[in-house]
Order: sequence, then structure tokens, then C-alpha cells
Amino acid sequence: MTAAFRGPRPGRLLSGGVPLLLILLFVFLSVAGPSIWGEAASASNVAEANQSISAAHWMGTDDLGRDILARTLVATRNSLVLAVVATIVGGCVGIGLGLLSAMSRRLGRALGALINVLIAFPALLLAIFFAVLFGIGSVGSVLAVGASFAPGFARITQTLTASVVSKEYVEASRVLGRGPIYRTFRHILPNIAEPVVLYSTIHIGTAVLALSGLSFLGLGVQPPVYDWGRLLNDGLTRIYVTPGVAIAPSIAIVLAGLTFNLAGERLSDLIAGRRSAPSARRSQPRPAEPAPDPAGDGGGALVDVRHLRVTYASADGRVTTPVRDVSFTLAPKERVGIVGESGSGKSLTAAAIAQLIEEPGHVEAERLRFMDADLLTPDDSTRHVLGRNMAMVFQDPGEALNPAIKIGTHLIEPAVIHLRESKPDAKRKALDALRAVAITDPARRFEQHRHELSGGMKQRVGIAIGLMGEARLLIADEPTTALDVTVQRQILRLVDRLGARTEAGLLFISHDIAVVSELCDRIIVMYAGFIVEEAATADLLESPAHPYTSVLLAASPRMGLDKSRPLVAIDGRMPGPDADLPGCYFAARCPRADATCLSDRPPLRELADGRRAACWHPLTEPGDVPTSEGATI
Amino acid sequence: MAALSVGDLMVRYGSVTAVRGVSFDVAAGSVLGLVGESGSGKSTVARALVGLTPATGSMRIDGADLSSRQARRRVQLVFQDSRSSLDPRYTVEQCVAEGLTGVRGRAASARVAELLDLVSLDPAVAGSRPGDLSGGQRQRVAIARALAARPDVVIADEVTASLDVSVQAVVLNLLRRLRAELGLTMIFISHNLAVVEYMCDDLAVMFDGRIVEYGAVGEVIGRPEHPYTRSLLAAVPEIGQRRLLSESDVEASAVTDPASAGGCAYRLRCPIGPAANPEREICVTTEPAATAAHAHHAACHFARELDHPVGPRG
Repeated sequence: MTAAFRGPRPGRLLSGGVPLLLILLFVFLSVAGPSIWGEAASASNVAEANQSISAAHWMGTDDLGRDILARTLVATRNSLVLAVVATIVGGCVGIGLGLLSAMSRRLGRALGALINVLIAFPALLLAIFFAVLFGIGSVGSVLAVGASFAPGFARITQTLTASVVSKEYVEASRVLGRGPIYRTFRHILPNIAEPVVLYSTIHIGTAVLALSGLSFLGLGVQPPVYDWGRLLNDGLTRIYVTPGVAIAPSIAIVLAGLTFNLAGERLSDLIAGRRSAPSARRSQPRPAEPAPDPAGDGGGALVDVRHLRVTYASADGRVTTPVRDVSFTLAPKERVGIVGESGSGKSLTAAAIAQLIEEPGHVEAERLRFMDADLLTPDDSTRHVLGRNMAMVFQDPGEALNPAIKIGTHLIEPAVIHLRESKPDAKRKALDALRAVAITDPARRFEQHRHELSGGMKQRVGIAIGLMGEARLLIADEPTTALDVTVQRQILRLVDRLGARTEAGLLFISHDIAVVSELCDRIIVMYAGFIVEEAATADLLESPAHPYTSVLLAASPRMGLDKSRPLVAIDGRMPGPDADLPGCYFAARCPRADATCLSDRPPLRELADGRRAACWHPLTEPGDVPTSEGATI
Repeated sequence: MAALSVGDLMVRYGSVTAVRGVSFDVAAGSVLGLVGESGSGKSTVARALVGLTPATGSMRIDGADLSSRQARRRVQLVFQDSRSSLDPRYTVEQCVAEGLTGVRGRAASARVAELLDLVSLDPAVAGSRPGDLSGGQRQRVAIARALAARPDVVIADEVTASLDVSVQAVVLNLLRRLRAELGLTMIFISHNLAVVEYMCDDLAVMFDGRIVEYGAVGEVIGRPEHPYTRSLLAAVPEIGQRRLLSESDVEASAVTDPASAGGCAYRLRCPIGPAANPEREICVTTEPAATAAHAHHAACHFARELDHPVGPRG
């Protein structure tokens, strides 16, 4: 799907505007209702008693001849004020209990158990129970409804607090010597406020219903005071004679309930929308400037990518471009590494090749081929080629494994589906694959699930799964980032050995140039969605051409650094996927940048044999590194 | 400047013992590095020192016990991820001011501006929220907040692990400058040995809740005695060296859980232990003691056999 700009949807307008209007109406009625219709509502006129719907009395009259419509409108104040008070009472008690149970070690368990028990009862049942306990009348019913809401508030507060209280900023506050009261009011409450306010808004609607229910049952507001529930109680006996007397308060109750529920949901949409909207301006999609093609026509290449661009369209029509322009080829058996900082687009480049970009993401390219398959027009045979010939290892070794499925099933799946092997054959092969990745006791591991394996073990299984097809290409996306260095070493050795055995190509993605340089023949450096440099590993390490590459190399800590000198550093940050700059995206941080760099984008051009860089002022001499002067702090 | 002294520190989480009797001294104004794999207990030591985790054992700063809340403020912790260690609802000024005591209003604002300047941040960022800053800027705000408490000891727990490499250097340079300017005593926790070597004076290698090797950083890295330290050093990726694919100091097994009690916890993976030399039964039966006979020591029965230097350049 190409990025289309969407205007405000009529549905959203309805759900947003209508509840707001209704709330304003209810507020107006609560404030002004009694003074406008108060007289009409209380003036008895026995001559007009028990009238049905008429032009003079739209909803009829009650047994004392009072106008039902006026009484319903006047009752708005009582109904809503009591509902709001009940919600506040329930909220305060519940939030207090929730905070205590989440923050206190001693009280926590007992309170948690109490909340669990109370929450198991339906709220209305609790409300009736408490109404009897607190006594009949307005105060009793408000306390009752409040008490019946408290467990719900306590639960949501407890859950939210538990997640905030373990946040490091709360711990930091403790370390700074701040007491529990400060932490509660300054860190915890502000950070749980949004969902609690939403929950409260929705509960005002529920409180209207509950209080009306109590009044209807005669447990709530007592005459001569009345609310909607009281009116409904009075009118119900005559519903077949003068339907208006029951219908008017019913409509009011339903409308109020719906209004607060819709308002709560709308509020939650607004908050969610605000959170996801970054502060950046809208970026207009514009045609990618053609960069010169990589060397060769890509014939016979395992992977051939030309002008790859990955865009994401958000719901409000903004478009971000995490991968801006990427062109490279990967020959059979070749090992290519992609290096870049987080957000450079390296993982999405790999994901585009593996056909893993999903809506709302959109892949554009002049060419995107894997072996014989055209990935721009995927069909069933493409999927077959990918399933059979491409293996992928992810950063989080657990992600790739379904927790409900046995390790063995994961292993035999590719062989059974793509190679149409029999299950016993596939199992034999799977045990071999587990042995090949140095997993001890493969028969037992075959029957286990993912939670029974350590991180390194899971990553081995991921690689073993890759071995089960006839992979021509292994894509490894930060496969060792989450692992300890000794385990990382084992995994890298494994990838190396298996690569040599199967002669598969390797696309290795990492933020660590040292790790990449261990394995790869060629290194691609990415920055802000562009390839900024590409060269054979030794050339790149020895004489980086792009200033960014040289900074990356110089800033990577290595053993035996001179302790008397500061590290080479470049402050600042990479332009995000929503930036739209005319020039070089590294220019703002680059010690060599001039006016041209800011106004014109440097193309990725061939500097020497097999070496490409996108820079107007490439470093030509080996060792010509931007110095630390001016770049360090 | 103040010296920190930790004796026989133990931390238990239920039935799990995360730190099993750790003792070390950090001389006033020096930096101790703590390295080890995940689960080795290095972060737990940090949390125990600042009082986030109940622990037994002695913790003293210049001889004074660290158990009161007031004394605790002298030790400050900088967390790994500044995204979660700064309250997203606070402004930068509020974040830093949280570390101040006894100053309010204009004096507090002035002190915050001073602290921001100290960590090389433009005081104009005082009004922004952490979410508007880059990772490197956020980490500097977190450092400024820790400094606001006027600590004697700063513990940096993987402070650059979530930063990109070009920005990591900015934070490391800053910490080194602050240490020199303010005379801070530091504990620097990291999984990156190259960074630790650059930042620290002494080094403690932890495995399974114990310090298995301790000494001056140059000694430990130049002449490692414990086989785990050697494996760790051999696993450090070095640009363009292709060391990881070599055969030196490869661990004997891919098992990641430490061995059960009774012998050396590292024995299942040890390249020179019973997994490689079955006759070395002592590793299975007796737990090696850390011999503190000289400044550099290792808790290994066969530590003395490893007297040829390894290390990345050796």
C-alpha cells in the first residue's frame, strides 16, 4: 500500500464530538436545570394528574400532576452529582488500597488477597450489600456504590503501581534519599494518572446506572428528593397507561451511561494518539534521487538490491522513511556485514529482503531479488524459494520459537513443508543439526520447549533451524547482542563453521564493527537509512573513506587504549526516520562538512575497486581520521 | 575523597543466592571495575551498596557504616538505561533537582544550571523532557542528578550499554573528567573489557556471585590467572583481529549454568578444569579459595599454572 493521506474520519468525529456535546448538555442541565424547570417539576396540579403524553406535557404527568419531563431534567443534578461523588469516593478508597498493596511489603499480600476476593463479586451485588450496611438514603447509596467500585480501582492502581514502582526512576529517587510519600506523589501518581482518570470517567457512567438501580429498588434517594432511578420507580407501575413516565428517566439513564463510556474511550484514544505522535513535522514523500548502480549488473548474485526504500505510514497520515536508499549485491558464499547504530535502517533492510515488512510498512525498490525470485512481485513460488533457501536468526533468540511448540517441531517444520521430507527423516536430520550446533543430548532437547533453554542455547536452536532447509543465505540480525561475550564467541564460531560447511552466503547485521569484522568479507556501513560506505573488510578497517566510518572505528573501544587521552567522540544524534534533509544526513555531526554537504546529497559512488562511499570529502589517505579536537567534549 | 570498603557481602533473593560473600576495597579517588557475565551478581552488588536490595555483610565509607539513609546518599548509582531512569513527566531541571537537598527556588535552579554545565549540557535543556533528548544527553542528565547529591562514591552500572558507540565515548570521557575534577571514588560495571581497561584502576572479575579474580587492571588483563578471566579476554571482539575464531582459551562446554555447590562453580566450562583434564578432581570436590597473599589473586586451584601472558595483545 502506498502512503495515502487520510483526512479525519466521520466516525471519529461522531465518537469524539457527540460525547463532548452530551457532556456539555448534562453539565448545563445539572447547573441550570433546577432553576429553569424547578417550579414546573414541583408544582402539583391534581387536575392534570396521571396524564399521558400530550403537547402540554411531552412525557405526561405523575399522580400529583407534576410534569415528568421537567422532573427528569431537574433530576439530572441529583443523579450526576451523586454519581460523581460515588466515583470519587470509590476512587480515593480504591487508589489508596491499591497503592498500599503495591508498595508495602507487609500489607501487600493481605490487601492483594482482599482485593482479589472483592473483585470476584459483581459490583451491583456489592453495592446492594453495602447499601443495606450503610443505610438507606442518598449518603448510604453513594457510599455503597463507592465501596463497590473500590476493588476495581484498587486492582487497576495496584497493577499500574507495581509496574511504575519497579521503574528505575523510582529506584533512583530512593537512592537519592527520597521517602515513600515523595515517591508516591511525585513519581507514582503522576505516572498512573492517565489510565486511572480514564477508568474513572467510564465509571461515572456505571455509577449513574448503579445509583439509579439502588433508587429504583428503593434503597437509594428517598422522597421528596428524587433522581432518575426514583422517577423510574414511581413511573414503572403506570408504564402501560402513560409510558412517558418510565421512558423519560430510562432515556436519561441510558444516555448518561453511554455518554461517559464514550467519553472515556475517546479520552483514551486522544491520550494514545498524543503519545504516538512525535514532535517532528510531516515529511512529504519525494522521489528518491537515483544513485549510481553498484558495480556489476547483479547477475548471478544471491541478493540484489537496488534503491531499496522502506516507508511507514502512521494512522494520521505521516510518513517516515527508516530505509532511504540502499543498493548492494551479495554473491553466493559471500559474507557481508551491515554495521550501523540503532535506527540506521540495517535491520529493516534485512527484513525487506526476508519479506518480513508488514503493514503499515511499505517496501519500494527498483530491484529486489533473492536468487531467482523477484521479491517485489511475490507469489507462492517466491515463498517456497524463501522458505527453502533463506534462514534467519534474530536478536532475541526466544522470539523465533513458539513457547507452546516443542523445539523438535520447529526444527522439522522447514524440512517437512519445503523439502517434503518424511517426519522420521526430518527428525534424523534435526538431531544431526542439533549436534552440529554443539547442543548436548539432542534427543532430550528435541522434546523440550523454549523456556527450558538458556539464551545461548536458544540462539543455537535458531541456527539449527536454519540448517534444516537447504539455506543458500543466512541472515543474522544482531544474533549475539543479547548474549555474554563468551557465549557470543561460541555463536560466532558456530556461524563461521557452519557457513564454511554449507557454503551459504551470510548477511550479518550488527552495531558492533568489531564483531562484524570477525566474520565478514565485506562491510556495509549504514547511517540514517543510507549506505554511506561499502568496502572489503580489510580496506574498510585500514582506510575508511567516509568520516562516519572513521569515527565509528575510532570510537569503538579497544584493548590497550592510551589512558592519558580522551576517547574520540562525536556528540549529537542521527536524524530520525521522519527527517527530510536536502544534503548529507551526517553533515551536522561531521568534522569535514561544508556548505555543499548541507545543501546537496552526496551520491554513493565508486572510489576505487570494490569500494563505494557517499561523501563529498572522503578521507583518502589511510589514517586520515577526523581528530578528536572539537569533536570531543 | 573517600574510600569504600565492602566485607563479606551476601544477597539472597528467596532461595537464590545472587552474591556469595564478596569483599573488596576501593581506595579513595580510584576506580574499581566489576566485570562478569549476566547473572554473575555485579549489578546486585551495586544495588546492595545503594540500599535497593537487602544484603548482609559490612559496607563502610571511610570507616562509617552505610546503613542509614543519610549515609546512603554518599553513594549514588547511575543506571544503565536513561530512558527508564528518568521520569518521563519531569523536566530536566526537576530530574536534577531531585538530587538536591536543602535548596529551593532560585538557588536550586542556579545549582541545577551549574550541574548541567558540569556535565557539558547546555543549561537551556533544563525545560525539556527526557523524551526530547538523545540517549547521550539523557545519560548526562542522570549523571548530573547523581552528582546533585554530592556523593563520594559513584557507581556506574553499564552506563553506556544502551548508547551507540559514537556517543558512548562522550559519556566515558565525561566520567573520567568528573572523577578527576571532583575526586570521585567510582565503581564501574561493564561487560565491555576494553572500556573497563580504559576506565579503571583495579578490576574484579565476578562469576556466580563471587569475585574469582582481583588485581590492578593492567595486571589482571595483562597476566590473567583465572581461566574464566582468560576466556573472557579471549572472547573480546577486536576490530580486524579475527581472534574469536582462533582456538585459544575456548571454554570446554557451552553449558551456561554454574556448577552446583561443592566444587568450583566454573568447572563445567573451564578450559583447564576437569572437563578437559579428568584427573583434576580437586575442582569437583573443593571450592577454591581466593588467596589474598598478594595484590593480584585468583580463586582457582591451578591459577599459578597460567603464568604465560595472554590478553589480546599477548
